[in-house]
Amino acid sequence: MTSLLRELAPQVLGAVMRRYRDFAACEDAVQEALLAAAGQWPRDGTPQNPRGWLIQVACRRMNDHLRSETARRSREAAAAQESDQQVMQDETDPNQDDTLVLLFMCCHPALTPSSAIALTLRAVGGLTTAEIANAFLVPEATMAQRISRAKQAVKASGTPFDTPDARDRDQRMGSVLQVLYLIFNEGYASSIGPDLQRSDLANEAIRLARAVRRLAPDNGEAAGLLALMLLTDARRPARTTADGALVPLAEQDRTLWDGRAVAEGVALISETLPRGMVGPYQIQAAIAAVHDEAARAQDTDWPQILALYGLLAQMSDNPMVALNHAVAVAMVEGPRAGLGQLAALDGALAGHHRLAAVRAHLLEMAGEREAAIAHYLTAAGRTTSLPERNYLNLKAARLGASV
Amino acid sequence: MKYILMMQGKIADWKAQNSTTWPPGAFQAHIDFLISLNKTLTENGELAAVVALTSPEESRIVRAGPGGQPAITDGPFPEAKEFLAGYWIVDVDSHERALQIAAVASTAPGPDGAPMNMPIEVRPVMGAPGEEM
Repeated sequence: MTSLLRELAPQVLGAVMRRYRDFAACEDAVQEALLAAAGQWPRDGTPQNPRGWLIQVACRRMNDHLRSETARRSREAAAAQESDQQVMQDETDPNQDDTLVLLFMCCHPALTPSSAIALTLRAVGGLTTAEIANAFLVPEATMAQRISRAKQAVKASGTPFDTPDARDRDQRMGSVLQVLYLIFNEGYASSIGPDLQRSDLANEAIRLARAVRRLAPDNGEAAGLLALMLLTDARRPARTTADGALVPLAEQDRTLWDGRAVAEGVALISETLPRGMVGPYQIQAAIAAVHDEAARAQDTDWPQILALYGLLAQMSDNPMVALNHAVAVAMVEGPRAGLGQLAALDGALAGHHRLAAVRAHLLEMAGEREAAIAHYLTAAGRTTSLPERNYLNLKAARLGASV
Repeated sequence: MKYILMMQGKIADWKAQNSTTWPPGAFQAHIDFLISLNKTLTENGELAAVVALTSPEESRIVRAGPGGQPAITDGPFPEAKEFLAGYWIVDVDSHERALQIAAVASTAPGPDGAPMNMPIEVRPVMGAPGEEM
């Protein structure tokens, strides 16, 4: 039932929003309706039209809320009177667009990423504040305030709850995909050892990406992002050992990869790429697909990955893309060529552990043991991921021991 | 991203003064400042944890002795000049913001009501996402 409620939460909120507009109050009303459902449905059975039931209860709560403010807001109270009749008509017409508009609102460019993430998980994902706080390892009171401030910021930005025009829509879709990508990374990258509950975030991001893809089937980047998540998440079982140690891509047991997720991701990106309007998520998904299709690390089609990173580098001036490009150069043309490219990144990535780690790896490939050890240790001192620090320190130690 | 903000106290100061040696109201002002800072951080959605520690004389240094039995000495080390008074863990959007919060914490008022400008050590906390390697 939890998954049904989660699925319905954004639709219900969207429907209520369309009528009442006040984001904070609508969200409270929907949360109350969801709580009522969680209490009543297991006892009385799930109603025939669960969505309509939730909208009706939420609207009743909104009406109560508005009636208590009637003197101040007579206009909105009038709207409230009307709404009871409208509800029954809406029940049979789930307006999918409402969910999309809600997503656009939560992933508002005026919000910081952490606020947008929290608001999206709550309003669109239907997660409780406690669940979100738990996933981000902060107290519930802190997360509640973060969400409440995010709502205020959306309100202050004056964004109307309407479907934006085509140009605005593309731009807003960019913010939505970015927020979903951040949620995914937060869950995927840290779903290690004792932080297992955080892997729920990766699943939640995939669920939301599926929803976005359904809402915007013609958007190639929405498809690309979903494919990228599936192809990356497929490797999760092989990414760490049972005791939480990190296993790099080249050393992973590929039989542990989730074959169904790989197949779905490969099919999705294969059907999307030829449609044109190729963007960064699609290219990253294509790169992930090339990795996932290699039965052994040494079978990896590095020239194709190099070509794809070349394309990606043309679209983005992100230095992390240039860093990965340098790795691909090293795999195709040798470590010296890769090291040559790294020199250009010393400014943009100064002090970043990834640059030191990649340099160490390429120096190791080039047989420069002493220099490789020094850069592994530099990287270990800079990373903020404990499994990564252990991995880098062990790399340095093993190199030091091998004479 | 999460940062730990560690408030360092000077052993010499701590030995020379305590709440009873501060002028009336000054210690209350100090506490009120910290409570208000914690409240602001919570309202900002930035506070992940706050821990205040007892006085350094309550501290014990433990080493494993023969057979793994705890060998205990009083802490802090005699040569130590500073001790950890307490810490915050904040979850913020940037490194700069963590530094900014530390600067605010540093201005907690002292016995004379003026900012003490205590040293606050700021360090990233392990656990931020790692990249695929």
